[in-house]
Amino acid sequence: MSTDSRLDTSKVATSNRTDAATASKPSPAGSLASWADDRLGLATVMKKNLRKVFPDHWSFMLGEIALWSFVVLLLTGVFLTLWFNPSMGHVTYEGSYDQLRGIGMSEAMASTLNISFDVRGGLLMRQMHHWAAMIFIASMMVHLLRVYFTGAHRKPRELNWLIGCVLLLLGTLEGFTGYSLPDDLLSGTGVRAADGFLKATPVAGSYMSFLLFGGEFPGESIIPRLYIVHVLLIPGILLALIAAHMLLLVYHKHTQWPGPGRTEQNVVGYPMLPVYAAKAGGFFFMVFGVIALMGGLLSINPVWKFGPYDPTKVTAGSQPDWYMGWPDGLLRIMPTGWESVIFGYTISWNVMIPILIVPPLMLVVLMLLPFVEGWITGDKRDHHLLQRPRNAPTRTAVMVALMTFYGLAWAAGGNDIIAIKLHASINQITYFMRVAIFVGPVIAFWITRRWCISLQRHDNEVLLHGYETGIITRSPEGQYAERHLPISGSSAYTLTARERDEIHAVQGDTDAAGVAAPNSRSEKLRAKLSSWMYSNNVQKPTRAELEEAHHHAEHEAELQSGLDHPVDGHQFDDHRLRDTDEVPLRDH
Amino acid sequence: MRVLNRTAGRLSRHRRGPLAGLAVLLLGLLISGSLYTAFAPAQATSQASQADQVAQGKELFLASCAFCHGKNGEGIPTVRDGYQIGPSLVGVGAAAVDFQVGTGRMPMASPGAQAPRKAVVFNDEEVAALAAYVASLAPGPAIPNQSDYSIEGLSEEERQEAISRGGQIFLTNCTACHNFNGAGGAMPRGGYAPSLHGVEGKYIYEALLTGPQNMPNFSNGNLSPDEKRDVIAYLDSIEDTPEYAGFALGGLGPVSEGLFAWLAGIGSLVGAAVWIASHTTRSKKSKVNA
Amino acid sequence: MSHDDHSTALTPEVHDSHVPTHREVEPLADPGLPPHTWRPTDVDPKAEKRAERQIAAMFIAAMIMAVLFVVAYFSFEVGDNWDTFAGMGASTVSLGVTLGLSLLLIGIGIIHLARKLMADAEMVEMRHPAASPQEDRDATIQALTDGLDEAGIGRRPLVRNTMLGAMGVLGLPVVVLLRDLAPGDALDTSKLAHTIWEPEMRLVRDVVGTPILASEIEVGDLINAAPEAMFPTEENGYPELEGAEEQSEKAKGAIIIVRMDPDDITPAKGREKWTVDGIICYSKICTHVGCPISLYERTTHHVLCPCHQSTFDLADAAKVVFGPAARPLPQLPLAVDGEGYLVAQSDFNEPIGASYWEREKQ
Repeated sequence: MSTDSRLDTSKVATSNRTDAATASKPSPAGSLASWADDRLGLATVMKKNLRKVFPDHWSFMLGEIALWSFVVLLLTGVFLTLWFNPSMGHVTYEGSYDQLRGIGMSEAMASTLNISFDVRGGLLMRQMHHWAAMIFIASMMVHLLRVYFTGAHRKPRELNWLIGCVLLLLGTLEGFTGYSLPDDLLSGTGVRAADGFLKATPVAGSYMSFLLFGGEFPGESIIPRLYIVHVLLIPGILLALIAAHMLLLVYHKHTQWPGPGRTEQNVVGYPMLPVYAAKAGGFFFMVFGVIALMGGLLSINPVWKFGPYDPTKVTAGSQPDWYMGWPDGLLRIMPTGWESVIFGYTISWNVMIPILIVPPLMLVVLMLLPFVEGWITGDKRDHHLLQRPRNAPTRTAVMVALMTFYGLAWAAGGNDIIAIKLHASINQITYFMRVAIFVGPVIAFWITRRWCISLQRHDNEVLLHGYETGIITRSPEGQYAERHLPISGSSAYTLTARERDEIHAVQGDTDAAGVAAPNSRSEKLRAKLSSWMYSNNVQKPTRAELEEAHHHAEHEAELQSGLDHPVDGHQFDDHRLRDTDEVPLRDH
Repeated sequence: MRVLNRTAGRLSRHRRGPLAGLAVLLLGLLISGSLYTAFAPAQATSQASQADQVAQGKELFLASCAFCHGKNGEGIPTVRDGYQIGPSLVGVGAAAVDFQVGTGRMPMASPGAQAPRKAVVFNDEEVAALAAYVASLAPGPAIPNQSDYSIEGLSEEERQEAISRGGQIFLTNCTACHNFNGAGGAMPRGGYAPSLHGVEGKYIYEALLTGPQNMPNFSNGNLSPDEKRDVIAYLDSIEDTPEYAGFALGGLGPVSEGLFAWLAGIGSLVGAAVWIASHTTRSKKSKVNA
Repeated sequence: MSHDDHSTALTPEVHDSHVPTHREVEPLADPGLPPHTWRPTDVDPKAEKRAERQIAAMFIAAMIMAVLFVVAYFSFEVGDNWDTFAGMGASTVSLGVTLGLSLLLIGIGIIHLARKLMADAEMVEMRHPAASPQEDRDATIQALTDGLDEAGIGRRPLVRNTMLGAMGVLGLPVVVLLRDLAPGDALDTSKLAHTIWEPEMRLVRDVVGTPILASEIEVGDLINAAPEAMFPTEENGYPELEGAEEQSEKAKGAIIIVRMDPDDITPAKGREKWTVDGIICYSKICTHVGCPISLYERTTHHVLCPCHQSTFDLADAAKVVFGPAARPLPQLPLAVDGEGYLVAQSDFNEPIGASYWEREKQ
């Protein structure tokens, strides 16, 4: 292939490979393959998919971290089930950990100690399982942020966004059921708080609690019940949804960043076989390896130090795992006394708001994001090219505001640890958080949006006037200026490869006969939101503007060619006008 | 400490051979030698020298403590922000003085809600004198003997039992403030329960007995001397226990674990993703025959 | 930098969604995919060999690590005699490090292979709209209507409605089956209103179960205590509790006892005789969501919950002074028996622990 030719993108798949595959005699593997295909007909499916193209970008691999840590969870989890005994039957511990010998505990706790101390590699597997769970949920969130910030949630991928949100919810529940299983002091404290949350549910709360626990808290049923939910029910649903998530990914084909040759109609990248498969497979080993190192080196959930759960004991620093931290933080910053008694019935706002109302509401907001955006923009087209976060300032700012809310609530959930590490007062931190949780997201929204718009403006500067070279020149008048040089053609194209924002305008309020148009109120709202979303954005320059700027630059170059010293070009701007003070520089 | 210890796990039965017990006893004697010299005279010498000690203590007290606690240790009854500045020392006993002064908490650098542990100002003899003076004001808890807070004299089985029981008492009475690992915890309005790591058994015993600052008492009518001893035995035992699971991450529970999951876990894996997707070096040469 | 103002062109277009949007010519034409360039490993056989050797070295190191894992598995003891390494469990650390490095080396090796030696020409694949072609949609709808038509369900509303009704009613057995998650009277939620405390029951120290002499408690003491019935002996004659019942009674009966200067106490109305010489007793279970609570400050008489920082003033009827809780801790009325031991006058006069819907009704 000659170096200056362009790839013909009209073919379904092409490559710069030149040597043809040569036919050879059927090998044993080949005959096995035909045996299988005679019965399964796999070749038809595989011919399309084996060389399926995946674009390459680091941010496209964040979801893979979640996938591979889920595989690690399955593997280590199966190992743990071989010894774990999910029973609340009472035993006296007689195992190897001295400090607890002779202490009464549940069989669940005793078998957890057995895995930790008497099964070689058991403690490693326990810790890997726990670290993998933390990483699983963290990577789902990072992946979610990437998808949203780049606009990959838009049509046709809204359903996959919904599946992803459900996966996040299920992952969190799976984590909660998992860390409750060892029946140690910390997890038991968490279960008791969960019992308090259930009881705060209006009308049916105490019945829900009794049904879950098989009677009064703590009962003897909760661990076996959580166990079956943890090892069968939720993993089953997770597996099914992950499969659906990935099938949709394959069907839609991955999104890609805009750039030369990368359009809405194609996908450019490496074929599944061999490069993508190797990279993904290699990444699996790396995720597995990092988790194994963490499991071997970093202590997590040392249940033997907490001791068995006892409803009369508690420890300072009683926190849930990180992903449950933000509702816990909301609980902590609720003002005193938010509970009302109406007609003799108790409504615990202090628990309902932070646990039963806000977290489900956050999930609903998250799930609705693509649909709300789609409605405001009225955009019905498919989108396969990603947007840089700066090119959707309002969207980016909305997510940063949500992240700020989350982050503040999360920090509030660790207020005691923050207090002790920073020598601050938990009371002061809590007072601060009560205000910051409302003010913080607003400030974050505003700053992020302005920041994005400034970056957009900067992109246009670069497009029109070139990049800053760092070369400072001095003009004969003594003025210092920096020299700008044009950016490469492909960078310039990449910068312009974005759409112009279109503000939705209201249809006439009334039709010709003076009858109010249907939906005029929602149309007005939509127009208002559309304007809120887009009106401050900076749009890319038009072809005419670019040409003018380039012409201008050429003109400067001509002028400069007559000089014996480098100049930045700008000192020639409005050279004539600069001598006359009364004419403003920018008006011409 | 040897890097690789082939027999460290076992608490009592295997770790300590017959001679090891003796060695530990000797080590204990050595460590507490200074302690003995400090308070042995107070117990063993004549009335006259005891009176001398009280007089020396009074002198020190007037110089260093009376400003807040009053000339006769009667306290200064100012209450600010709910805290009393300079509480009365009448009846707090020698144990309280030994704890407060012996751990450097007193004299305080500046008045505040909580006296932090810091470098000790007085030498052992002066601490003993101060303790003797305050003890002379009114009867109060005395400085414990080593036998009060050590399980050395017990049989193997009794030790094991004492440690297990101490663990349960610790988890019931202490972890709420001091954390499951003895790492300490936050209290209202900037207060904190200090870390118990590396605190000598004597001081833990005295703190339980006298309830320093905002800590509640665990007097002998509350936790018996044996129960206090068991708690100390448990604390000693967990300090001796290896970190079976790797680095303890501060022993602060899920908050520090979450931090590590993000920084070490997600941080390194995102780094790996950046490497995997990055472009490799390119050659200026063109493949022949390509 | 710019001395030109592009405000007219740089603001978004306002468009009318019902009119097809005017699409401008793109400012720059797509230059197309850049030509493929070669890596040193493609053009330089030496570099290629070097990469091969590096990758093979990683795989060999991974093998060594896996073997070391097996060695570590068998050479470091766990259980009764943990070997330690620098104060850490030798088995866990060595197994984790060897397994981790083995996996990492395989992963890095494979990725190095993909980056250096596998053909890395980018390929282009065309996308297809996610939607099915219109004729497929029409055919599907036709098939659906034909099927429904042939089933005749639409024409026979009686059959249709009763069938749907029957399936709907089937939901009832499903729900009802869950009733016995808490079988029989295990679902009796009125249990929440009572604890095991009864008149004359002694207060005993938690864990050890010894009774508490009122005269032995000092001002400033905090005792984490329990009902004597939780520590049944032949002497006290309480029945042995087992399993779930023991746990739930333990969970409800836990108390904290503190002694303060009697002058510091502001007794709530009607509770003047609930204390003994400044000894005052409250439920240990937080009224917020039920964590045990015993972070007591002796000078302020405040007790803090470690879960969500609700703070109660024990000197002032355990009123909430900070944090999310809404109700004071329930107080246990105290007395002393003939031998001077602390006993309860009665059960708590309100449900302990977290709030629930019908709490006030019980």
